[in-house]
Amino acid sequence: MSERHDCREGFARSLLELAEQDERVVALCNDSLGSSMLGGFKERFPDRVFNVGIAEQDLIGIAAGLANGGKKPFACGASCFLTGRALEQIKADLAYSGADVTLCGMSSGVAYGPLGPTHHAIEDVAWLRAIAGMTVMVPADASETAQAVSAAYTHPGPVYLRLSRLPVTIVHDADHRFEIGRVSRLREGDDVTLIAMGVMVERALDAATTLAGSGIEARVLNMSTVQPLDGEAVVAAARETGAIVTVEEHSVYGGLGSAVAEVVVASHPVPMKLLGIPGVFAPTGSQTWILEHFGLDAAGITAAAMEVAERRRNGRG
Amino acid sequence: MAHDENDLIVRLRERARRTRRRNLRLIHEARNGHIGGDLSATDILTVLYGEVLRIDPERPDDPERDRFILSKGHASGVFYTTLAHSGFFPADELSTYMQPLSRLNGHPANLKVPGVEASTGPLGHGLPIAVGAALASQIDGASWLVYALTGDGELQEGSNWEAAMAAAHFGLDRLVLTIDRNRIQLASRTEETMGLEPLADKWRAFGWAVREVDGHDHGALLSAYRDVPLESGKPSCLIAHTNKGQGVSFMRDSTGWHHKVPNDEQLEMALAELAEAP
Repeated sequence: MSERHDCREGFARSLLELAEQDERVVALCNDSLGSSMLGGFKERFPDRVFNVGIAEQDLIGIAAGLANGGKKPFACGASCFLTGRALEQIKADLAYSGADVTLCGMSSGVAYGPLGPTHHAIEDVAWLRAIAGMTVMVPADASETAQAVSAAYTHPGPVYLRLSRLPVTIVHDADHRFEIGRVSRLREGDDVTLIAMGVMVERALDAATTLAGSGIEARVLNMSTVQPLDGEAVVAAARETGAIVTVEEHSVYGGLGSAVAEVVVASHPVPMKLLGIPGVFAPTGSQTWILEHFGLDAAGITAAAMEVAERRRNGRG
Repeated sequence: MAHDENDLIVRLRERARRTRRRNLRLIHEARNGHIGGDLSATDILTVLYGEVLRIDPERPDDPERDRFILSKGHASGVFYTTLAHSGFFPADELSTYMQPLSRLNGHPANLKVPGVEASTGPLGHGLPIAVGAALASQIDGASWLVYALTGDGELQEGSNWEAAMAAAHFGLDRLVLTIDRNRIQLASRTEETMGLEPLADKWRAFGWAVREVDGHDHGALLSAYRDVPLESGKPSCLIAHTNKGQGVSFMRDSTGWHHKVPNDEQLEMALAELAEAP
């Protein structure tokens, strides 16, 4: 098995590189220096990292003000608090004000597993992609995360960068170039398309290998930008493969599956299955256990793909 | 010098009178707005834009400009009037206030209107943004200052106190908060709704340098703004004692004029009072 990396490693590496190149880059956190992996940044640039304490509303407002003052702020915190506690600040201070701020949501999804639903972030993509002017990125591995940080830096306006702490293999070839709003097609196939985001991409690829053994060729798309969505790739998947499974470590309401379905119903309706957290608070368990519980593992994705491929063959939408 | 100062005060008084009259007509025309809180903030904005802020309407994005952040975004009537009279956009445009497709919607948006630093409206947002801007100025060792204006009722939002802690913790003496202490929120007195007193003690306890001023006395406001930072290494808080509806007798200190719109007769009475006022 290839080596696994936490996406935050790519984040920390890339942010430090940007800070070396551009003195406007500053980092903020809500008493989350360690979990945001900002230790190296603080060591190198102690005067450019600001811990605002346990105060997310203030964190976002201060980031907006720093951007107004010509800085390039990266505001970091656990996704659940960063987005939920400060949602109105994200809407008004960042998106509606066009503030050039990157929100770095750590430990998203059910990464905090047994700590319980208060600490799970399974609504964040739904909340943020509904806000005009937000860009929502969910990179699939540490290498893509590093590129996404750089893309967020270059992109004018607010970005939500959703990161996991679940170690995954590098799913892309070395020549992969992350581009905002563009999927990467990681496997060719004409029988069904698996569209995944974040650390679910690795699992979708594993499922595709299993499916090939059963004679089902699955296309695998890494939808590493959820907003703006790569609609062209979705339409092509619907037309060319006739069945779609979406896979997200997020509620099935309002996240990746919903975003894809919005495009599919308006363009080329095909059978779909939305894998995610099905509108409930997750029961107690480790991240791995919860993901397996809701079929968000290779076996669950494989079963879902077989089901939609079957519905497609039977002509039932 | 004293002569110049007198001229300045006369000029500011005329400017405030002109702003109030235009503001009243603006709200009357739009049939919408927040006249009570506009009138309580008029003298503060008049002094800031008339004399204190180092800004150039020809270069609203100058990196070295002072920042003014209106946290009480519903006071857009007085804010837009002040910006127009300061040259940020043509005064004719004020007649589009809240009309379809106008960039002058009920709460100011920085991407639409030159001179607006941040989009505000939901309360408790301005001070955290001002803290961030003052931090940027401090990081750069720059000379520009950040002025924030909050209402008093909005201090019930906890985000202000998060920002209060941060400003003191970071030692932001480039930050000047003015509180429009008109003692009335939407339709009731602050102290009957959710009491704020002892307000000055609260800010002192949070590590700010505090001064209380008459928020309708241009000379007192000028003097306070000339003294900032009130203490080196500390953010400054001016508690400006004001009256909602100041300048119009039947609106003054009334809980009924938060967002009531004057009818034709009331407008004429108000304009006449302002024309005759010293």
